[in-house]
Amino acid sequence: MITRLIETIGSPFSSYIESTGRLTRFFLAGIRQIAVLPFQWNKILDQIGFIGAKSLFVILLTGLFTGMVLGLQGYYSLVDFGSEAALGAAVALSLIRELGPVLTAIMITARAGSAMTAEIGVMRMSEQIDALITMQINPVRFIFSPRILAALISFPLLTAFFDVVGIFGGFLSGSLLMGINETVYMDKVIQSVKMIDIWGGFIKSFVFALVVATICCYRGYFAHMNNQGQTGAKGVSLATTSAVVQSCIWILIFDYAITYFLV
Amino acid sequence: MTQPFIEFKNVYKRFGNLEVLKGVNLSIEKGTVTVVIGKSGSGKSVLLKHIVGLVQEDEGDVLIQGKSLNRLSGKQARQFKKNMSYMFQDNALFDFLTAFENIALPLAETTRMTVEQIRKKVHDRMARLSIEGIDHKYPSELSGGMRKRVALARALVTDPELILFDEPTTGLDPIRKNDVHHLIREFQKQFGFTAVIVSHDIPDIFDLAQQIALLDEGKIVFKGTRQEIMACEHETACAFIRGREMLYDRSKT
Repeated sequence: MITRLIETIGSPFSSYIESTGRLTRFFLAGIRQIAVLPFQWNKILDQIGFIGAKSLFVILLTGLFTGMVLGLQGYYSLVDFGSEAALGAAVALSLIRELGPVLTAIMITARAGSAMTAEIGVMRMSEQIDALITMQINPVRFIFSPRILAALISFPLLTAFFDVVGIFGGFLSGSLLMGINETVYMDKVIQSVKMIDIWGGFIKSFVFALVVATICCYRGYFAHMNNQGQTGAKGVSLATTSAVVQSCIWILIFDYAITYFLV
Repeated sequence: MTQPFIEFKNVYKRFGNLEVLKGVNLSIEKGTVTVVIGKSGSGKSVLLKHIVGLVQEDEGDVLIQGKSLNRLSGKQARQFKKNMSYMFQDNALFDFLTAFENIALPLAETTRMTVEQIRKKVHDRMARLSIEGIDHKYPSELSGGMRKRVALARALVTDPELILFDEPTTGLDPIRKNDVHHLIREFQKQFGFTAVIVSHDIPDIFDLAQQIALLDEGKIVFKGTRQEIMACEHETACAFIRGREMLYDRSKT
């Protein structure tokens, strides 16, 4: 009775510790392999194309509408205090410090992260990862390292695009729609944004890139080891769902932590 | 007495509550073809995966030329595995790579061969396996037989000393099946590699084998030549190759 109780309480805990240890080793192995020669230029470029270039449209669209919504909401909030002239500053700082990195990371998770998990999960289920091992090819180097480097390059660039298009979106709704003077809007953007804000946004992007690439690749790589003991298509489906959910949660947790240290 | 190339010594393997191998003893000589037969789910693939290191034994030992696989130094283990290929039951071709890229992968990733040398070698293997002209096709664009040949070409391209075949002809029609058997036989004669083949193609596969082993209920219950198994003097082996379930079950009681 007591043994079973201890087992019931301890089992999820020990499984969590085990899983965290595996994730850490996977992450460190992937980082180490980035520096191992020869560099995998082709694979890195392929992944930049997949994570970065193919996500560009969705990032631009999301950025534009986020900026437009911020412009509208900001205008109606500020106009009550007669400070609608500060709209440019409000939109730019919200985007560069917070919404740009976070929403970009979440959109990339939804588009590229989920696809990464599914692709690697299928490789696991169809013994392609085992095939790499039998060919003496390091699967972590082959699969994970190019993706993590590509994410580190793509995330900040996409965040920058998101920020710029978002500020333009705010301009569209704030100046063209609600009538705030265009020069005032742009002047406030330029005056309010400091280099530290931009660096802060980029630091977040780098951290989110590590979080998303690691969680999504890890979940796919170990898609056969889930709590429900599912393999095959069901295992890949569970891995993909948990990769997206966990990535989003950790993005928000890290966002808070980094903001806390930056402000 | 010569030392076996590979030796299973009292190997046990369990997955959760399921005991798959229950004391396997098997010796494989260098340069020979060993065929492992047995019921579906009897652990034949698990046996193969012990050699390549994809599965670790719970008890017992797998010896490579007299040395425990687990006690080989990193360099020795790498050297042994470098000279080995594995042909998977479902081919395990990379669906994001073309046929050419799939075959070239082990050379491109693990050797210092130039692009031209790789191209030449891959095309040589493709020509021998009659799969020329499919360089740019992806596995999903190929027929089952073609995919098998691509997987076989990938297994052969590194000129390995040992090739492990996990049901190399599953899902093929009789003509393609005999074709693959013929190719394995020809390549084995030509290159002299050691082959371990897990197969259900009874009795056709026996033509290739110098040694046949029957894995049953986690143990090797029969080892012998084609003539010995076909002579039907071993009751369980005889019942198995004739596909008589009742006789097969009775033979074990």
